[in-house]
Amino acid sequence: MRVIQAETIKKTIYDLILKASYDIGQDVYNCVKNCAECEKSPSGKVVLNQLLENYDIAARERVAICQDTGMCVIFIDVGQDVHIEGGDFTETINDAVRAAYSDGYLRKSVVRDPLYDRVNTKDNTPAIIHTRIVPGDKIDILVTPKGFGSENMSAIKMLVPADGEAGVVKFVVDTVKNAGPNPCPPIIVGVGIGGTMEMATIMAKRMTARSIDTVNPNPKYAALEEKLLEKINKLGIGAAGIGGSTTCLKVNIETYPTHIAGMPCAINIVCHAARHAHAVI
Amino acid sequence: MENIRVNLPLDKEQLKTLRAGDTVLLSGVMYTSRDAAHKRLVACLEEGRPLPFDIKNQLIYYVGPCPASPGHAVGSAGPTTSYRMDAYTPQLLRAGLLGMMGKGKRNDKVVEAMKEVGAVYFGAVGGAAALISQRILSAEVIAYEDLGAEALHRFVVKDFPALVLIDSEGNNVYVEGPKKYAEPDTEE
Ligand code: SF4
Repeated sequence: MRVIQAETIKKTIYDLILKASYDIGQDVYNCVKNCAECEKSPSGKVVLNQLLENYDIAARERVAICQDTGMCVIFIDVGQDVHIEGGDFTETINDAVRAAYSDGYLRKSVVRDPLYDRVNTKDNTPAIIHTRIVPGDKIDILVTPKGFGSENMSAIKMLVPADGEAGVVKFVVDTVKNAGPNPCPPIIVGVGIGGTMEMATIMAKRMTARSIDTVNPNPKYAALEEKLLEKINKLGIGAAGIGGSTTCLKVNIETYPTHIAGMPCAINIVCHAARHAHAVI
Repeated sequence: MENIRVNLPLDKEQLKTLRAGDTVLLSGVMYTSRDAAHKRLVACLEEGRPLPFDIKNQLIYYVGPCPASPGHAVGSAGPTTSYRMDAYTPQLLRAGLLGMMGKGKRNDKVVEAMKEVGAVYFGAVGGAAALISQRILSAEVIAYEDLGAEALHRFVVKDFPALVLIDSEGNNVYVEGPKKYAEPDTEE
């Protein structure tokens, strides 16, 4: 058994939040750069070049890539041979969020009650925490702060087996088309297919943070990722939604076994401020 | 692509020459306001009280910035989605406002009022927030301090990059742009 101090977890998450908020991943940076060169619309090119300059400034000046620094989504895989000492697990994570959003000059965007008492919690807590117990003696942490311009454009549909590939394609393309300029294109589309309703949505969220330089290990799904990407980019929505050939940078799909009667399909959209950072303790 | 220089406060004659899709650089003074501040501005107009600033020929930017870190006038300050202000915008336009800046579509009532007074709806690039904040030379709260990030700020900007989303004739880049670049789906 390995003992890990709560303070170590807090420090790690704190650093990951700041890193995610200031430093865009190299995969996204390179992809936007390539798209800026190929973009057919002159105004689209201007927008994409502004995004590149924006990434550069945020990294250099240590300021937020986007002012919507989001709700803090954290995926934690805890090794079953780990014992955490020195603090409550959930509180430790929220302490890290509190400290990072305050010290890092990040906007606090969380309200206490969704419907009636929409008062800002003033420290961006609570975080959204997804925990899994896995073999080993390490803790794997993925932090992905999520802005709501793109979160609001996400969707889940309980497709049925007869809908087949065509059903998935139509649902994904229609969802992106309806979203138009709202999720701040170019976007990355995370898709979760299978499992149950909640499982599909969690997979979709996780896929918004998978490197866009990777493809699904199953060649059939890798081909579907490619097909969806092409179809979305033919919509002509373009960067910032003003028309152009760069609407989507990548579609990432994750799947899970499902019931004989179902085929849940969830879509989580993330904007070009696709922020995530990862560490292993 | 050539950027058109636009000075603030706005000039109606120049606005007539701007076309949806043009890229511009804004310099001068602009005011910020989002949901809650809009509600108060319109209440002023309805009750016949003076507004906290002279709205004639001004531009309002829809933004809720990050806190400023040391050495910066303001934190990251990209646009918020504009449709939430649609309910208030026509009244402000009729009171003298000539420009709005945000992201996303506007409703027909806003576009009608814009055409009536010759106003322009500008777009800042959503998410280009750190870049934008560098073009804001100073930021000062002039009213509604209790609203925090939503307080009414006066920004002095230089070469603030923006696009013309809807021009004074009602041409709309969100409609025209995608039409121009959409490709037929040949597969089915
Ligand atoms: S959708 Fe993304 S880029 Fe756009 S405002 Fe929200 S967080 Fe920023």
